[in-house]
Amino acid sequence: MSIYAYLILAFIGGGILSLIAQLLIDLTSLTPARILVAYVSAGVLLYAVGVYDFLFKIFGAGVSTPLIGFGAAIGRGVKEAVVKDGLLGAFSGGLSATATGITVALVAGLVASVMTTGKPKRM
Amino acid sequence: MDIYSLEGKKKIIKEHSPKTKTLKNSCFAFLTGGVICLLAEALRHTFLYFDIDSKDALTLVGVTFILLASSLTALGVFDKIARHAGAGTLVPITGFSNAITSQAIDSKSEGLVLGLGAKIFTVAGPVILYGISSGVLYGLIYFILLSTGVVAP
Repeated sequence: MSIYAYLILAFIGGGILSLIAQLLIDLTSLTPARILVAYVSAGVLLYAVGVYDFLFKIFGAGVSTPLIGFGAAIGRGVKEAVVKDGLLGAFSGGLSATATGITVALVAGLVASVMTTGKPKRM
Repeated sequence: MDIYSLEGKKKIIKEHSPKTKTLKNSCFAFLTGGVICLLAEALRHTFLYFDIDSKDALTLVGVTFILLASSLTALGVFDKIARHAGAGTLVPITGFSNAITSQAIDSKSEGLVLGLGAKIFTVAGPVILYGISSGVLYGLIYFILLSTGVVAP
């Protein structure tokens, strides 16, 4: 597959997932925060039943960049940790696998907050 | 029209609330969500080209977009894009990062501990809580399946 095919598939994958979320916001009473929670949990579920790996092979970053990818990372972390450490892995795997992303997001938020002097509200 | 019944009131609220432009919103969401993922895929292939393994490449792509979204939020640019993009900037990891940074900035004036420190988790908290809890549930089921020999590692 050429690089262009990968890029186009990522565009389509990310586009469809965003489109679904937009329709859920416009047509139901789901708020953005609920959409994020739903997408993360859906990511864990899709990984658990093996659909995520199939989607990732087709869409690449088109499914890993949306929060479904975050959920899938939790799922993968848990699975690998259970294989390695047994029952304890079910409790350690999720956070270890996503530690980098969560930490960077929180520290970036703190630094941004300290460096700015109150900007318009969003969300 | 009966303005005192619940049905009547609901009808009046519906008539007076602004119409959501579903088609326009959907197109913008599709395009921005698509473009962000396209850029992410391009970046992923750049990392893979430099012999970074596929798992680290994904983490680095995530970190790049988190930092980008956080900076754009602090500069007030993210807000302007998100107003048109809707779910297009919400669904990719940029939405998670934006939610954290915007809450941190907004709540700073309420104090550093119970203001910023607590409210930075307003959106991130539920996402992490339910993500991790789903993970634990999956882990327990997987552990049982693994130890009873139903699945192989």
